[in-house]
Amino acid sequence: MELSFKIFRYDPQVDREPRYEVYRVRAEATERVLDCLNRIKWEQDGSLSFRMSCGHGVCGSDAVRINGRCALACQTLVKDVAQAEEVLVEPLPSFRVLKDLVVDLEPFFEKVRWVQPYLVGGNHVPEKERLQSAEERKKLDQVIRCILCACCVASCPVTAENDRFLGPAPLVWAFRYIFDSRDREKEKRLRAVDTQDGAWGCRNHFECTRVCPKEIPVTKSINFIKREIEKVLR
Amino acid sequence: MSERYLHTHDVVIVGSGLAGLRAAVETAGCLDVALISKVFPTRSHSGAAQGGIAAALGNEEPDSWEWHMFDTVKGGDYLTDQDAAEVLARDAARAVYELEHMGVPFNRNPNGTIAQRAFGGHTRHFGEAPVKRACYAADRTGRVILDTLYGQCVQRGLHVYPELSVVDLVVRDGIVCGVIALDWATAAVHVFHAKAVLLATGGFGKVFKTTSNCFANTGDGVFLVYRHGFPLQDMEFVQFHPTGIYGLGVLISEAARGEGGVLRNRHGERFMERYAPTIKDLAARDVVSRAIMKEIQEGRGIDGRDFVHLDLTHLGRERLAERLSDISSFVRIYLGIDPAHAPIPVQPTCHYMMGGISTDLHGRALDVQGRPIPGLYAAGECACVSVHGANRLGCNSLLDLVVFGRRAGQDMCARVPTMDRSPLPADAEEATRERLARLRERTQGVRPAVLRERLQREMMERCGVYRSQSGLEKALETVRGLQEEYRHSVYLDYRGDRYNTDLMEALELESLLTLGEVILVSAASRRESRGAHSREDFPQRDDHNFLHHTLVYRDEEKIRLGTKPVSITRFQPKPRVY
Ligand SMILES: Cc1cc2nc3c(=O)[nH]c(=O)nc-3n(C[C@H](O)[C@H](O)[C@H](O)COP(=O)(O)OP(=O)(O)OC[C@H]3O[C@@H](n4cnc5c(N)ncnc54)[C@H](O)[C@@H]3O)c2cc1C
Ligand code: SF4
Ligand code: SF4
Ligand code: FES
Repeated sequence: MELSFKIFRYDPQVDREPRYEVYRVRAEATERVLDCLNRIKWEQDGSLSFRMSCGHGVCGSDAVRINGRCALACQTLVKDVAQAEEVLVEPLPSFRVLKDLVVDLEPFFEKVRWVQPYLVGGNHVPEKERLQSAEERKKLDQVIRCILCACCVASCPVTAENDRFLGPAPLVWAFRYIFDSRDREKEKRLRAVDTQDGAWGCRNHFECTRVCPKEIPVTKSINFIKREIEKVLR
Repeated sequence: MSERYLHTHDVVIVGSGLAGLRAAVETAGCLDVALISKVFPTRSHSGAAQGGIAAALGNEEPDSWEWHMFDTVKGGDYLTDQDAAEVLARDAARAVYELEHMGVPFNRNPNGTIAQRAFGGHTRHFGEAPVKRACYAADRTGRVILDTLYGQCVQRGLHVYPELSVVDLVVRDGIVCGVIALDWATAAVHVFHAKAVLLATGGFGKVFKTTSNCFANTGDGVFLVYRHGFPLQDMEFVQFHPTGIYGLGVLISEAARGEGGVLRNRHGERFMERYAPTIKDLAARDVVSRAIMKEIQEGRGIDGRDFVHLDLTHLGRERLAERLSDISSFVRIYLGIDPAHAPIPVQPTCHYMMGGISTDLHGRALDVQGRPIPGLYAAGECACVSVHGANRLGCNSLLDLVVFGRRAGQDMCARVPTMDRSPLPADAEEATRERLARLRERTQGVRPAVLRERLQREMMERCGVYRSQSGLEKALETVRGLQEEYRHSVYLDYRGDRYNTDLMEALELESLLTLGEVILVSAASRRESRGAHSREDFPQRDDHNFLHHTLVYRDEEKIRLGTKPVSITRFQPKPRVY
């Protein structure tokens, strides 16, 4: 089939304002939107910039907004978007645009680093593995799927209003270590997110959960953190 | 474009996959380290690794590092350097416990120990029966190790330069003293002056059309080493993984067969019983890939077409959800199939490069005479230690990355503090500026994507699972023609400075075109079949003439070939049957 792609364009070096450009592309129903973007870049317009790497939903590079919804271009198939007259592709909202679909993710990664995304195991290092029960390990099953694509953060209405809000993905990473039975700094971690810009900033809009391409129960995880704060710190 | 940025560090690590990050963790405490990567660390290709990491922990059934070493040697069809395989197998348990201590969330057994599962070519008692040796975290083992090592780097305050591509090595009097990198955000040229450089730039599966590899896997580091006249080793050995999703190449991990998945032809027959009677679907990858190609050639592909079925329907929904959830979701998303109900169409896909930058056991890159090149290290898929020989076993790559990434880091910590800093040549980035200017001046001709597509098709067709002299020679002619076209008519559609991915892809294409030629020349020189290198015209392994590594290097403008002996310590070569 042939499709129209209406794509957000902006080069801050030369453009005074963003604009949209429309491209026609032939595509199979089972192809990825990423394939279409590549075809546009390779065959029609080399000046179109976007990120990509793995091509199958495990690296988080190609998160964009497709027909108003944040998603991975490599995980969205042509048949999922073909109903629209024109497929609208835009950069992730809430982030500064560097060029076309490429946004500045530094503030996002900064927040991820802020939650101290590493295990603090204490001084005693056993010779073999630390034991962890299958049930304890299971608590992490869903959150370790996060690929830091930032779709959730870009969709969160709180983030849009308040750029100090930690945001869903960094909270998911906080959860990852708060609930790891091997970590020794649970209290400290809980205290760090026990703020209005931390876990309590979340107002349960569920947008993050709706868009997460890895189907992580983001809102639920944040609520678990809140409950744990009540339990451990109060 | 004309700005120059100069950075001075003790060492520069290029690449933020597991090899680069593990080396960074090791050196962060003792040296001033800069880590440069084309992508944000967590977006490196290592994050795609699914199945697991090998170590004879013996958590589920008896296992030993000797069996692991033997499997690695046999899996590599006796081209594996046995001193390297011994280091790998002996260090494996330590390496996995270390990862656990750093926080990797491995799946667990009921008694709380790390869970393990079966994988291709992993056996007990030197080939008797499959053994559970792969430690895993569902089917996203690579991703969680990547995230964990990244966290360790955050904890150590490591300085990362993301979205910078290294486009040249700085070499002065045979000493490597830095790299030149291009910043994608601005197209600025950065010069990194260092006492040592570690290349951890990963593989180059993008030389082929159908591949499980990410877009960034274009072999830039390997290309640069070759371009400076240093040798590459065993470049003919390209691994095709048996189970790529049909038409897409996206991988269905061997873990699927490790958990009990079965390959079937159009008659529903479990055909691996005929090719590998003892371990069947869990034979080494080259063996299974050839079996699939044979089935297809003999008309037993599904509906007579070029794929077979991977059947997981008997595993049950729960097991699929718990241990193979990512691949179940790939199958659902890309094929619209529920693997609990229907079999998955699969075909071999280019997956892993056994060859690469020749190194010693400490990650030091070697010259043609086998002497360490001052200032140059390599680790991970871009390196050839050679621990995988002619064919890599599943789960041995992640292990290779953390074992040899760490060793390279240790060696740098020991040596670099006493090393002198070689002065930077005044014209260090001159060649790069010229290369960029050349690419940017032409306003018409052929687009990089067109040449890349032709390269990938040709390599796939004539240098895939099966090869022949005439095919390789034809391909060589094609690839050299493409190189000519690249030199004379490639042009950029976009010549701006911001995130010029057009420019990035044109630079990467030069790596691909060169490595394609190097693979073909190496493959044409090996007139035997061994491991992943399978010659229709020379179907037997020929130890008498070819039990040696291939070296390939550039002398002036000419490609030259050499050989290097294989280290054989414990296991004498014998016929390889599974
Ligand atoms: C789908 C899939 C599944 C796999 N599953 C397993 C498994 O279960 N078990 C296993 O053992 N192995 C597995 N492998 C193999 C294994 O994942 C790879 O061999 C391994 O990840 C390579 O790691 P690396 O550190 O060498 O490089 P990579 O992880 O590929 O990283 C390369 C790095 O170099 C950077 N880079 C490249 N070029 C440049 C440049 N010019 N300038 C700056 N930076 C650059 C990239 O940005 C990247 O950070 C799998 C591979 C695939 C494709
Ligand atoms: S649930 Fe919380 S984090 Fe998620 S979108 Fe709503 S407010 Fe944001
Ligand atoms: S939680 Fe989901 S949407 Fe958010 S960054 Fe992680 S994977 Fe992406
Ligand atoms: S390209 Fe990696 S998630 Fe889409």
